[in-house]
Amino acid sequence: EALVVNDPDFQHEDLNFLSRSQRYEQAIRKSSLMVMKLREYGIADPEEIYWFKSFVHRGRPEPLDLHLGMFLPTLLTQATPEQQDRFFMPAWNLEIIGTYAQTEMGHGTHLRGLETTATYDPATQEFILNSPTVTSIKWWPGGLGKTSNHAIVLAQLYTQGQCKGLHAFIVPIRQLGTHEPLPGITVGDIGPKFGYDEMDNGYLKMDNFRIPRENMLMKYAQVEPDGTYVKPLSDKLTYGTMVFIRSLIVGDSARSLSRACTIAIRYSAVRHQSELKPGEPEPQILDYQTQQYKLFPLLATAYAFHFVGAYIKDTYRRISGDINEGDLSELPELHALTAGLKAFTSWTANAGIEECRMACGGHGYSRCSGIPDIYVTFTPSCTYEGENTVMMLQTARFLVKSYTQVSSGQRVTGTVSYLNDLSRQRIQPQHVAARTVTVRINDPVSLVEAYKARAARLVEAAAKNLQAELNHRKSKEDAWNRTSVDLVRASEAHCHYVVVKLFTAKLSEISNAAVRAVMTELCLLYALYGISKNTGDFLQAGILTNAQITQVNQRVKELLAIIRPNAVVLVDSFDFHDVHLGSVLGRYDGNVYENMFEWAKKSPLNKTEVHESFHKHLKPMQAKL
Amino acid sequence: MNPDLASERQTASFSVEKLTAWLDGGVEHTRIRRAVVEAIECDPVFSRENQYFQSQNERYEAAVRKAVHLQKKMHEMGWTENGPEFKYIYRALSGDIAFLLHRIFTRSISVLGSNKQIAKWIPLATQFQLIGSYAQTELGHGTYLQGLETTAVFDITTQEFTLNTPKISAMKWWPGDMGRSATHTVVFAQLYIHGKCYGVHPFIVQIRSLQDHSLCPGITAGDIGPKMNFEHVDNGYLMLQNVRVPRENMLNKFCEVQPDGTYVRWGSQKINYFTMTTVRISLIADEAVIPLMKACTIAIRYSVVRRQSKLKPGEQEAKILDYQTQQEKLLPSLAAAYAFHFINDYLQELFDKGYKEIQRKNFDTLPELHAFSSGFKAMVTQYCTSAVEICLRACGGHGYSLLSGLPSLYTRIVASCIYEGENTILLLQTARFLIKCFMAASAGQPVPPSVTYLAAVKPGKCPATNTSDFLSPDIYTEAYQHVAVRLTGSTAAKLQDLIQSGVKKHDAWNQCSVQLVQAAKAHCHYITVKNFAETVEKLKTKAGIQKIMKHLCDLFALHGIFSNGGVFLHDGYISGAQMDMVTASYLDLLAVIRKDAVPLVDAFDFTDKSLNSALGSYDGQVYQRLYEWAQKSPTNKQMSPAYERYLKPLLHNTLSKL
Repeated sequence: EALVVNDPDFQHEDLNFLSRSQRYEQAIRKSSLMVMKLREYGIADPEEIYWFKSFVHRGRPEPLDLHLGMFLPTLLTQATPEQQDRFFMPAWNLEIIGTYAQTEMGHGTHLRGLETTATYDPATQEFILNSPTVTSIKWWPGGLGKTSNHAIVLAQLYTQGQCKGLHAFIVPIRQLGTHEPLPGITVGDIGPKFGYDEMDNGYLKMDNFRIPRENMLMKYAQVEPDGTYVKPLSDKLTYGTMVFIRSLIVGDSARSLSRACTIAIRYSAVRHQSELKPGEPEPQILDYQTQQYKLFPLLATAYAFHFVGAYIKDTYRRISGDINEGDLSELPELHALTAGLKAFTSWTANAGIEECRMACGGHGYSRCSGIPDIYVTFTPSCTYEGENTVMMLQTARFLVKSYTQVSSGQRVTGTVSYLNDLSRQRIQPQHVAARTVTVRINDPVSLVEAYKARAARLVEAAAKNLQAELNHRKSKEDAWNRTSVDLVRASEAHCHYVVVKLFTAKLSEISNAAVRAVMTELCLLYALYGISKNTGDFLQAGILTNAQITQVNQRVKELLAIIRPNAVVLVDSFDFHDVHLGSVLGRYDGNVYENMFEWAKKSPLNKTEVHESFHKHLKPMQAKL
Repeated sequence: MNPDLASERQTASFSVEKLTAWLDGGVEHTRIRRAVVEAIECDPVFSRENQYFQSQNERYEAAVRKAVHLQKKMHEMGWTENGPEFKYIYRALSGDIAFLLHRIFTRSISVLGSNKQIAKWIPLATQFQLIGSYAQTELGHGTYLQGLETTAVFDITTQEFTLNTPKISAMKWWPGDMGRSATHTVVFAQLYIHGKCYGVHPFIVQIRSLQDHSLCPGITAGDIGPKMNFEHVDNGYLMLQNVRVPRENMLNKFCEVQPDGTYVRWGSQKINYFTMTTVRISLIADEAVIPLMKACTIAIRYSVVRRQSKLKPGEQEAKILDYQTQQEKLLPSLAAAYAFHFINDYLQELFDKGYKEIQRKNFDTLPELHAFSSGFKAMVTQYCTSAVEICLRACGGHGYSLLSGLPSLYTRIVASCIYEGENTILLLQTARFLIKCFMAASAGQPVPPSVTYLAAVKPGKCPATNTSDFLSPDIYTEAYQHVAVRLTGSTAAKLQDLIQSGVKKHDAWNQCSVQLVQAAKAHCHYITVKNFAETVEKLKTKAGIQKIMKHLCDLFALHGIFSNGGVFLHDGYISGAQMDMVTASYLDLLAVIRKDAVPLVDAFDFTDKSLNSALGSYDGQVYQRLYEWAQKSPTNKQMSPAYERYLKPLLHNTLSKL
């Protein structure tokens, strides 16, 4: 970190004052430097590269993201040794800059709907790539617009007159040397977005563009010279990459929310406003219950998500050994779980960042607060790598499947094992909702049980509604669609349970008593706040009584007061450097107002004392009227 | 015309044109509105096509140019500030224009100024001989006005006020039009006479020269830098050092400093805040409801053009609006847009009545108006902001492109949660009013008509016995009322308990504030549902429209119960079994309203130019438009300087020494 922060080469004007083109240029400049310095310092460990990159770009996207994060790894995992020889070293040395072109204008998460075609021509031993419709134009890939000269293109493979589904092809798109687009290639930037100013997200249209047969990534599926198609062994393998990327998003949810919390909580300690007691000086706004109620549950959430992110990463590491040995048994559950957790954490963090910003009043809206930037950078993660609602429904599919297994007498394992209890319930003929859970509201372990009961109830309700719809209608798909709101609720409840469970489990691993005490408070706050926001579920299922809900609400407010003295230290522990935080409001030293004034003076509108608009428009008007 | 969109319009259950006219308040209004929109949109100066590509400087300049051009246009068209066209101009411009604070400047003088002051300043302002702003918020203080730190000290010898910014947090910060444009501003400052503080008062202060626009002596002013949106507005800072203004520059309709330094007041000091009440009400339609209507239009039209995945094997890919989860995102937002359109009509009427009283110096309605404007400003802006964000995220990846129009709608509407009063504080103000009225009502004293329901506490249970009972407005309105009363009552009781147990009053208030906010929201939600149901009731003569409005009203109400289940279940007013009925009823309604979704947004009658969206155009040619528009991006026009400077060396392996 110090390596980057103190390096004069990485300094530049505040990005808030730069145009999009300038921000792109700065990012490219820093990326080029970064690659050089990484090699200079001999940094090669992926984890270290990740941190280095994140400090250089201060957590922002950059044009080489897809080259480093998708193009190179895809070559490593999906290219044959011969292809690696051809492409990997040039790509490693950045003679080839590549991107990963999957999403099209008309299709995103639903991959099977992609329309780009790659038709094999045995006469020349080439693939002919085409974008047959407007909707099939590749749209959104990062680095595609201006930076890359190659792309891995996902296209429907046609050979011997048959469609063989999606496959990946290495496609050169710009001339080496001049960087001009190749004939048959139309490529450009998709225009301004909500954030991601540094990134040249691009479009790509191909008209009868030919590439050699050897440019199809053929480690798994193959097309032989005569056009014969050889199938891959397993299609579950692609799960691995998805699990990995979604686990990164969970980590990103935690980090982005932590940054926003750091800014909002520090600023709330600096800002004094109004009066609590007549005649006394204005209090810190962090002393207001309503402010604590906005921020502390988010602080607890940020911690919770850190633990969830770490858990998924560990689990993935643990089982990726198995995957390499061909044991894929744990993958479906992990895949289903990460889909839901990706959606659950990114939705929550997304709303939380906005909540933090609004908790900073008007100044939160200024770009100097840094929160608008965190928000626009983070919010697309609700959509990319799998649209959140679709993700929740994937998890739901797994939950319903597990429920069906339990109903037919099988036992299920892993995070859904609580569904086994449902069958036990059925032996004693009793509705799950009527089951009495004695919840102790000050005991995290007991709260885990409450969340478990809620998840079980909502999964059961969704599964039963699905069955009822199936009995009414013929089509399975119709029934699924008419139950999907219930299904999403069930998935959310399941994910919520998993988060509470992981947070609680973490507590026993903390050896330092003081740290454990404060983490226990945060864990309780996270769990109880979740209940108070979803009282309907807990009341309706009979998990908690009205009186207990009142106690929960009361306890939440007590916890706010208990956490208040530690709030600033708790965000300091996230250990964000001021440069990385990029916020005037969130400065470590709290000198907010002086620095806001200094910052504003640099605004482009202030470059001249009298703005040119005065001479151009105002003065002539005043003269005329 | 995209066939998927066309087919939606063929099956409308009502006449779109009739609904539009009714929303506008009559055919004549629709005609005038369309004429204004037409006149503005056919003028290239007002075009917003390039807006998404422009820098802050360019946006500001365009906004000033438009504002200046608008004066000419109004003159040409014969539109006047008091004419029926005026209120449609802002809508036609989508608010993308400078000098909005100039209007607030004028309005504050009209409301707070004496006749003499009005006669002096208003003509100057109307003819743009000066450009005004409204400088209230400071770096250190916003919604909490008493905390403002700017000072105005009366000097008897010169008959002047001396204005000062005593420290950095006292600097005026955020006022629009002030960073670069304004020549004058209304400064709110603590008034001191003979060393005694009389609280916050408004003063007219000149800040820039009328000749060369340079800053006046003692003035430091500039732009506060980039924000999430409002790049076209030069929100500014202002520092005052011994700036002197004559005694006559204090706005003195309601209070005055006489030459000898005697301070005289007529009526309530609260009247100073009356401008804010006015602004809060007027922003509900312009800054919250209309943007939500636009967002719904874009998201719903796009959701019938976008086909994704298959609902049934072997069939064509389905329109995404046919997915229940997509309906669940968009249709409640659509219902809310209608609900808030009607609550705005209701508030406007209430406000007009109140304003007449205030002009007669009868301030009795002020507390109720204040509570209404605060609570509804907070509730509506918050709800609309969330709903616009839902629309954005319901459009998949393309929603994040600025060309969808949704990001700028969102970043703009989100500011409304803070400006003109931070929402949490406003809800607490409404709560204060509710608690006061609840106590009064419990003691048998009279309370304003909007809160008489607080006295009629009827414990009991919801009488619904089946799913269709929840389609009865009486049933659900009653449920909302019950929750509002219960939350206000239980919070009032807790406050009293705390105070009786020895907790100081202000501490008790702070300890209850989370619940107070909840009570205020419940009150506003109840009034909104009730007003929607009454509006539908009055539609008897328009049967075709009534039916669909009734569905929307039911959806709005049931969505609120569905998503806040806990507060309805809490004391058993609604049972678990009844909650299942609510859910069933609610989900069924989604499918019903789905059929009319496109006609319902068509009825808002936004032109393509005003939507300024590649996804939301009337003809549904989404992908073509997106592609063509993106090609116009400046990033595609010039060869990127980054290539020559950085990429080329990188690619040509001048780095190969690595």
